[in-house]
Amino acid sequence: MPNLDIASLMASYGSAPVLDGISLSVSTGEILGLIGPSGSGKSTILRVLVGLLTPTSGTIKLDGTAIDYSSPGEVRKVRDRFAIVFQQYNLFQNMTVLENVTIAPIKIKKWSRKDVEVHARTLLDRVGLGDKLQSFPDQLSGGQQQRVAIARALALKPEILLLDEVTAALDPELVSEVLDTIRALAREGMTMLIVSHEMGFIREIASQVAFMAEGKLVESGSPAQIFDAPREARTREFVSKILRH
Amino acid sequence: MLSRVISELPEFFGYYNVIFLAKAVVATVALSAIGAATGCLAGLLLAIARMTTARWLAPLRWAALVLTELFRRIPFLVTLMLVFFAFQLSGFDLPLFVVALLAVFLIASAYLAEIIRGGFASVHRNQWDAAVAMNFSMLETIRHVILPQAWRVILPPAFGFFVLFIKDTALASQIGVIELTYAGKVLNNKGFAAALVFGTLLLLYFLISYPLTRLGQRLEARLAQPRHR
Repeated sequence: MPNLDIASLMASYGSAPVLDGISLSVSTGEILGLIGPSGSGKSTILRVLVGLLTPTSGTIKLDGTAIDYSSPGEVRKVRDRFAIVFQQYNLFQNMTVLENVTIAPIKIKKWSRKDVEVHARTLLDRVGLGDKLQSFPDQLSGGQQQRVAIARALALKPEILLLDEVTAALDPELVSEVLDTIRALAREGMTMLIVSHEMGFIREIASQVAFMAEGKLVESGSPAQIFDAPREARTREFVSKILRH
Repeated sequence: MLSRVISELPEFFGYYNVIFLAKAVVATVALSAIGAATGCLAGLLLAIARMTTARWLAPLRWAALVLTELFRRIPFLVTLMLVFFAFQLSGFDLPLFVVALLAVFLIASAYLAEIIRGGFASVHRNQWDAAVAMNFSMLETIRHVILPQAWRVILPPAFGFFVLFIKDTALASQIGVIELTYAGKVLNNKGFAAALVFGTLLLLYFLISYPLTRLGQRLEARLAQPRHR
């Protein structure tokens, strides 16, 4: 049974439609790569899933149960199961690295501070930042900040991790440290939705790739199918442009 | 003139005048301090009200907007008269001091609401996104994430406002509240030299507002200092 099942999802910013009937499903342990030109709605799907944008129609099911995103109570519950990492890291500028990772588990989930801090230190060690616990975000490089953001998301023990163009704001030499962190998560079987322009990375890591354009799902399939033998002309055009450089 | 001032000094600082001035200082400080403190609280609530998004809270948003915009646009004196005559018409027999206090409270709330709103708006939208996605409620987001980052934008204009505010409480003399400026007029009318009376007022106003400025600087250093660089 698919863990996450999205059907005919529509969403808009004001009067401008951004998602136009998206249907996708992701099973536990699977990694879905979302690709497509800017403005195609890839990131919007992730924002809808964590309740930052309310869908106008369509259904989103988690483990077979439909979620009513117009109900604040249900949105709160569903946010406990997802964690999102943003393109701009969005670390809290007024908190140290350790506080960034521990604040939500301690203050919002009300988990024991001791356990949370032990877990946070383990996670920060894993992303290679065990020596930066007391640093503030603006003292770190973009790559380091993004690894903190990933640790912060993992500290929430999400069932599904959403990665929104997490390397797009990074200097090229910092991209690999973040991708390595994600590779490690993939090896552990973390279910992920990854929006990315790193085609080589998506191809390597995704179990399923969805190509979007103008709010519509154009084509989805295995990485080999999307990158080597796309059925749709739009996919072919996008992939050939991207792979040329 | 100087010789006149010097010759009047002993009488001017006689027991009853000093008591009179002390009471006036207390009135001015109380109007300023209570007005500013309650205004901070109400301003914070107004700023928060304006940031709500739920549809059923729309009337609250409108009320907050109207209050904020209205009392920032009406001259202090007019607000004072409005409150004064509103109480007269309603038949409540409140002490003049309380009437003045209500007027300064309204004004402080409106100004501070706008200053605080501006501080909130200065914090990047992505801080909200991150907090909301992690299930922070609006108030939790403001408390843990937004307010700590907004201090540096809020504090300088807020303390600038407090200093103006102390001076503006002088208008309460217009409805007969015996605060510092009123006391000065009374003493001047008694025949003391204007230079002596208003020179003393100048000194007293300075003594009231200078510590406030220092407090503002210390709070800024503590709460709003860039951490490094």
